[in-house]
Amino acid sequence: MTELQAVLPEAILTGLACLTLMVDVFRRPGAVALTFWSAVLSVLVVLIAVATLFPPGMTTYFHGTFVLDPMAAVLKTFLLVVVLFSFFYARDYLQRHGEDQSVFFILALFATLGMMVLISAHSLLTIYLGLELLSLSLYAMVAMDRDSKAASEAAMKYFVLGALASGMLLYGMSMLYGVSGTLDLSELAQRTSGAEANLLFTFGLVFVLIGIAFKLGVAPFHMWVPDVYEGAPTPVTLFLGSAPKLAAFAMAIRVLADGLGGLHESWQDMLILLAVLSMAIGNIVAIAQTNIKRMLAYSTISHMGFLLLGIIAANAIGYAASMFYVIVYAITSMGAFAAIILLSSAGHESDQLSDFTGLAKRSPWMAFIMLVLMFSLAGVPPFAGFWAKWFVLKELVGAGEAWLAAVAVFFSLIGAYYYLRVIKLMYFDEPTGALPALTGSEDARLVFSVNGLAVLVLGFLPGTLMSVCLGAMLVGTG
Amino acid sequence: MLALSNFLTVGAILFCLSVAGIIINRKNVIILLMCIELMLLAVNMNFVAFSHFNGSVDGQIFVFFILTVAAAEAAIGLAILVVLFRNRNSINVEDLDLMKG
Repeated sequence: MTELQAVLPEAILTGLACLTLMVDVFRRPGAVALTFWSAVLSVLVVLIAVATLFPPGMTTYFHGTFVLDPMAAVLKTFLLVVVLFSFFYARDYLQRHGEDQSVFFILALFATLGMMVLISAHSLLTIYLGLELLSLSLYAMVAMDRDSKAASEAAMKYFVLGALASGMLLYGMSMLYGVSGTLDLSELAQRTSGAEANLLFTFGLVFVLIGIAFKLGVAPFHMWVPDVYEGAPTPVTLFLGSAPKLAAFAMAIRVLADGLGGLHESWQDMLILLAVLSMAIGNIVAIAQTNIKRMLAYSTISHMGFLLLGIIAANAIGYAASMFYVIVYAITSMGAFAAIILLSSAGHESDQLSDFTGLAKRSPWMAFIMLVLMFSLAGVPPFAGFWAKWFVLKELVGAGEAWLAAVAVFFSLIGAYYYLRVIKLMYFDEPTGALPALTGSEDARLVFSVNGLAVLVLGFLPGTLMSVCLGAMLVGTG
Repeated sequence: MLALSNFLTVGAILFCLSVAGIIINRKNVIILLMCIELMLLAVNMNFVAFSHFNGSVDGQIFVFFILTVAAAEAAIGLAILVVLFRNRNSINVEDLDLMKG
């Protein structure tokens, strides 16, 4: 494969994103559908390009700054599918709220480009560039609803804390560059393996880890997560709560496993602290929430803590388990936010827990899908979320961290309470007062059903996805 | 002749100043944006110093990219600031309390 073929999906996406921008500028007022279909078509074309260029092994291009391996291809495939789904949900929301804000699709395309670069990054420089392209698009997306006080406040908080995190990450990168004299991840791995514990290496590692923790949203660097999830318009929350998690996972693997694998004894201890804190804070604080977007934000924090557990195992199977976890989480959380979008109507965000009361009587099918999603997030067998937790815990016990697995199970049990509360509200409580009728469009409901059924099918056939993840990881980091 | 440690000290001082500015400042959002810029410049100082003393140009190339991204970041930050001011008529950090942080 030539270098240009390797970056073909990214190159196509760059071109099509600019084209979509032009379509949006020159379209008639009100013809949002034109921008929407142009964006959907762009993602589909890129998806085909990624699938046809599936690499057999790991190769680096452009002097080692860009890598194409099965892990990158698998993550990009799922990333594009998630983005595609979120476009359909977003169109439904924008149509119903009477807003001519097609800018969502353009910013989402550029954010997707950033995520794809981040997933394939193989040098500190490409990691930084991919991350910034993603973050800058997300800051603007959160502020998309210009007349909302909450959205602009959320955007400002997200921007300041995100920029602080980037600064920390860069400071850490400058230290790593200073000690090793290289930006390339595989050269970095050579310099760190076998080297005596160097103070500057550890110093750089701490700062880089803080940056990654901020971007993943794990405690104690989670302050932005609840506010941004609550303040942003729901389709933006859906987008930033699902797809970027895949990219952030890839970033963590590239930096920690590929680049700093030699220092794994240092970062394992730090990750244990972050993981335990996230699971504790996320699961306990979520119980007190009445806003479902805020509740799902705390749920994200706990899930990201759980995700770190697979990385703590520090072997290829542990990374594969984490990869399975993040893919399942992205699909499931996307469905949960989509339920909020489908329930909302013009002038009513429908993001309170009470809006879900008695949903089973208003729409049995929607309530059933939501039931599947909540069971999956809680980790009830045989749903997909259970298998995700199972694989991670199995690797953790195998790596000799049985006590950590016990802590994780304990906090998951606490967490199950607030997911089951949503199910109780939907099935067993009578609605108080009149609730707005369901107005979700046909295609959004169809996409929602597919989304829920995908979680259901993954729950019954977890082996297929797991073998894909294992295949990707054993080649990628072997 | 200045040693590498001199440059790193300046970088570290600038970095600490900017982090302290972001955490302590409770009055003005524009000062937050200035602190963010200062933080990136502190990093640039580190990269240039390391690049010179390691004898590789990678660090200096990184600095060019950081400068470019910092410009884009400032543009987005100021745009969000304008939206924020239109909605609330204030850029006081303490007023950002609509949602419990």
